[in-house]
Amino acid sequence: MIRSERMTVVRQVKIAHNIFELVLQGELVQDMSPGQFVHVKVSDTLEPLLRRPISIADVNKENQQFTMIYRAEGRGTTVLSLAVAGQEIDVLGPLGHGFPVEAAPVGGTALLVGGGIGVPPLHELSKQLNARGVRTIHVLGFQSENVTFYEQQFNKLGDTYYVTVDGTKGTKGFVTTLLDDLKPEFDVFYCCGPLPMLKAMENTYPHKEGYLSFEERMGCGIGACFACVCQTTEQVEKDYVKVCSDGPVFPKGVVQL
Amino acid sequence: MSRINLELPGLSLKNPIMPASGCFGFGREYAQLYDLSKLGAIMIKATTLETRAGNPTPRVAETAAGMLNAIGLQNPGLEKVMNEELKFLEGYDVPIIANVAGTEVTDYVEVARQISTAANVKALELNISCPNVKCGGIQFGTDPATAQELTAAVKAVSSVPVYVKLSPNVTSVVDIAKAVETGGADGITMINTLVGMRLHEKTGKPVIANGTGGLSGPAVKPVAIRMVYEVYKAVTIPIIGMGGVTNVQDVIDFMSAGASAVAVGTANFVDHFVCPNIIEALPAKLDELGVGHISEIIGRSHR
Repeated sequence: MIRSERMTVVRQVKIAHNIFELVLQGELVQDMSPGQFVHVKVSDTLEPLLRRPISIADVNKENQQFTMIYRAEGRGTTVLSLAVAGQEIDVLGPLGHGFPVEAAPVGGTALLVGGGIGVPPLHELSKQLNARGVRTIHVLGFQSENVTFYEQQFNKLGDTYYVTVDGTKGTKGFVTTLLDDLKPEFDVFYCCGPLPMLKAMENTYPHKEGYLSFEERMGCGIGACFACVCQTTEQVEKDYVKVCSDGPVFPKGVVQL
Repeated sequence: MSRINLELPGLSLKNPIMPASGCFGFGREYAQLYDLSKLGAIMIKATTLETRAGNPTPRVAETAAGMLNAIGLQNPGLEKVMNEELKFLEGYDVPIIANVAGTEVTDYVEVARQISTAANVKALELNISCPNVKCGGIQFGTDPATAQELTAAVKAVSSVPVYVKLSPNVTSVVDIAKAVETGGADGITMINTLVGMRLHEKTGKPVIANGTGGLSGPAVKPVAIRMVYEVYKAVTIPIIGMGGVTNVQDVIDFMSAGASAVAVGTANFVDHFVCPNIIEALPAKLDELGVGHISEIIGRSHR
């Protein structure tokens, strides 16, 4: 169920260069699943006006808390990065369709591939896969070491490999560079990152079951405004899908890349 | 007895608040959030004869207290809108204003003829002001003679009253308003978005794939208020005002300028419950103003 709630900031910490971890508390945590997102009003004024879609990095239903990890890049996220404990933030969510945890067979292996700010939703996904008895392999790509995060958290959940464009951490290059060497054995892959990464994953594993999480500029976040549409391949009846309400996660091959 | 109900051509409104076309889809998404029967009316997304795929993405960009959009009238086409979307909306006790768009006059006429027969469509909103499509839309709404002719052609086939949505992207909005009134329009809705552009901070290129987009949100409200004020003086048909409405005071402002009802657009994206919130806040606002019935404030700025 989608709710609108003024959630309370539990804490906010800067965990890498311009990367913030924000923990919020409130009832809408109860309905969250990995890969879904929330729509955040970063200010109570009309400036900035629009909400910001932000992915869900960790869910703790017991204490009604969830974690967002985001990059403070533009005006909105910079305002959000100033939020302090005790402050209330207007959150709409959870929104969209997340990763199908049940797609990975119990006792099997899942390959989780993320890029930059696409990495956070993989954390909650990995937690839930592990809880289900699925082994996880994480391949995480970043520009540089100074923007990497959650190494300890991912290490706890499974084998974790870092790839950086400038080679300052892990393998130098792109995630595909490492995957070519690693040749991991797995049953299903999940990927969240920039379009070229999604495309590379689809091309590298044409015969594997896979799920891709997309990003597109949004207006309403619930499917009414048609801002975030993507063309589909012929495999589905509609010739477009909305990233916000039909996605952001789609099975491999649905969205035209 | 209600203090906020209003009668407009074709429309018995429980209250003067309605979501604006293009900002509410066909209501399905917002129906997950609240009971659509609370609304005064719903202006559904523009409907064309054939399915439209719309413009490339990115289609939206934020601006200072506003946003640009270039969706491009994406919609599933007349047949699906009538058989699926309007049918879905029959589940709610709310009048529908169908936004009619097209490429040629004959398209507008055919969509209007058919969609006006739907049980819950109580009025049409003629879209002669969309700035985001190459053919159809704004070029019908910037020339008084063309606007008048199209209005008359649609009026001749429509089974329900016809409102015409005016563009702010003209030298004299009053000339267009008078022309559509002469063409037989039963009402005017205004304003559509202002043509704008935002450039990418790093590349210097337009952020929106279409290049230009329609500016909406609080940033456009002063322009909209001015235009409603001018048109109210020039025509005798009612006006449904819109442009940057985000709260109950904005509604009072539009009605004071001359609007008989008010549509809420971009604010639906910012606060998804803005329409029911405004409706709930209206009676207290009337108390504050010392007004018995909401109709008393229509055009009060002119008195």
